[in-house]
Amino acid sequence: MAVKIYSKYDKVKYLRKEALPTALCPGCGGGTVLNAFANALDELKIDPKDIVVVSGIGCSAWIASPHFLADTLHTTHGRAIAFATGVKVGLPDKKVVVISGDGDLASIGGNHLLHAARRNIDITVILVNNFIYGMTGGQVAPTTPFGAITTTSPYRNIEHPLQISETVAAAGASYVARWTTAHVYQLIASIKKALQVKGFSLVEVISQCPVQYGRRNKMKEPAEMLRWFLKNSVPVSKAKKMPPEELEGKFIIGEIVSRQRPEFTEEINKLIKEVAERYGLGDDDAD
Amino acid sequence: MKYPFPVGRSDFIQGDEAIARAAILAGCRFYAGYPITPASEIFEAMALYMPLVDGVSIQMEDELASMAAIIGASWAGAKAMTATSGPGFSLMQENLGYAIMTETPVVVVDVQRGGPSTGQPTLGAQGDVMQSIWGTHGDHSLIVLTPATVQEAFDMTIRAFNLAEKYRTPVALLTDAEIAHMRERVYTPNPEDIELVYRKLPANKEEAQYPFGDIHGDMIPPMPIFGKGYRTYVTGLTHDEKGRPKTVDAEVHERLIRRIINKLEKNKEDIIAYETFDLDDAEIAIISYGTVARSAIRAVKLLREEGIKAGLLKLNTIWPFDFEMIEGIAEHVSKIYVPEMNLGQVYHLVKEGANGKAEVELIPKIGGEIHTPTDIIERVKRGV
Repeated sequence: MAVKIYSKYDKVKYLRKEALPTALCPGCGGGTVLNAFANALDELKIDPKDIVVVSGIGCSAWIASPHFLADTLHTTHGRAIAFATGVKVGLPDKKVVVISGDGDLASIGGNHLLHAARRNIDITVILVNNFIYGMTGGQVAPTTPFGAITTTSPYRNIEHPLQISETVAAAGASYVARWTTAHVYQLIASIKKALQVKGFSLVEVISQCPVQYGRRNKMKEPAEMLRWFLKNSVPVSKAKKMPPEELEGKFIIGEIVSRQRPEFTEEINKLIKEVAERYGLGDDDAD
Repeated sequence: MKYPFPVGRSDFIQGDEAIARAAILAGCRFYAGYPITPASEIFEAMALYMPLVDGVSIQMEDELASMAAIIGASWAGAKAMTATSGPGFSLMQENLGYAIMTETPVVVVDVQRGGPSTGQPTLGAQGDVMQSIWGTHGDHSLIVLTPATVQEAFDMTIRAFNLAEKYRTPVALLTDAEIAHMRERVYTPNPEDIELVYRKLPANKEEAQYPFGDIHGDMIPPMPIFGKGYRTYVTGLTHDEKGRPKTVDAEVHERLIRRIINKLEKNKEDIIAYETFDLDDAEIAIISYGTVARSAIRAVKLLREEGIKAGLLKLNTIWPFDFEMIEGIAEHVSKIYVPEMNLGQVYHLVKEGANGKAEVELIPKIGGEIHTPTDIIERVKRGV
């Protein structure tokens, strides 16, 4: 029966069939993200052989690994972007894509995220923000909304969430966009743009975790969470005109930043050339 | 190819500098690091030399990232290295475990200083021995080399890369602040005289299907590096021969972990390196490694002059460990002394190896000073 279901999905060619079905819960937003990524590649006609996927630990790391059929480095918790930095420098002609979650990339791996953005290394990060540590059982995350109930904030969350996209934009990324899983076409368009931008690109996807987040916060149906996203989404242009207190609890969607800045691996090559010209050793034939 | 430092002749350089030069001659073209005393000079030399040999040296945001980046670069096909000291080495343990689990060839230099914690940043120590072997969690193995001179730091750096590539494993090079900052004469061979080893790559697509399979019967799978169209899947989770996660299958876990350990254990003869001084007819053995071995050699000479039949086993590798060889020595001597710049680490390995055949005594010293030959001689004489 399983084979039948997959055969109806034309993007299955991008997936490792032996790894299916995915480990994601029913109603998880992870499938939407995987689908959006596959569609973006398809529309850009990118051969998965030209992609290296790097992921970390947690549910969202499992979106692409082991399911996506490309060279894949499934790494330690929080370190995906640091691993990806080594991969990208070693294979500058390949597209290096990190797909992982908010806890992985913005909490334990927050420092790597900031510095990769600062370096503006040509890596595309798809950060799936579901406000929660799902795989470990629904613990509070640095993205959990103020007041929300989680297993480690059972009374209410007394911390404020990190605005990941704005932080990464401030750190120096070439491209940053935020969408929700209720904005699939816009999400595909942004992933496409992120893959084409030279420099560090981040697409933050606000995604539903009905099992670990919604269930404890009066939204146990996936659709309820999607309606919550739609109701509270504010386009960037509109948000700019709104006072901060009105933006409390809202999701600012759209392109946060899109600009040209010098890219890290290109700078490396420039430096090598420059050093060779100024201090070059020449080759043995030149003796 | 030309090098940004003299080759085919001797030079008077620091241990840290020697490691950087040797790494470049060994083919290292990716270095990622984070500043730390007393290892920073390795990084500074790499930053200076790498662009001149078409290589890359990156300063990462911390040691976690440095270790991660060299593993990423290794899967991209590069020979890669990082260097640090105790505090940074502690941070690297997480991804050192990942390198072991994913059989990624990388070289990690730990220039030891007094610890724990920030400890004595500028003073030498041998406190990271057990950490270098057992610092990361879970059952595992890796290779640990222990140079005692600047020349050995140079030679063993090249060997570290060769062993890493040959066995698809991380290799740790343990030096200390003394070797790092001491200047000694170092002979740099002509590059064409240096034997270099490169990782085994899959011969075809079929072989590439088994990135973690013992398909050649030597326990070392060919490495289907990224970018070649193999669509390799690499994970730190327990995985089968094809790399697929199999996290609750006891048999798969046992097969994987035992192969990772056995590929080194069964090749001990090739990996383990040591030297002996006056050991054949010795009645008292000194077993030493690293900086302290310098004093131990002198101590053996002076003891012999006084008519005491002492001999030295100088360990150039401390893992894998040759427990049988130690037992063989223990059968022929009355006592074994282990001088170490710690409160007993290799001592415990020696004691296990001696297996009760000879008494084993530790000669510890901490605080940043090296044992003098007299420190060792006095202890030996007390026991005679």
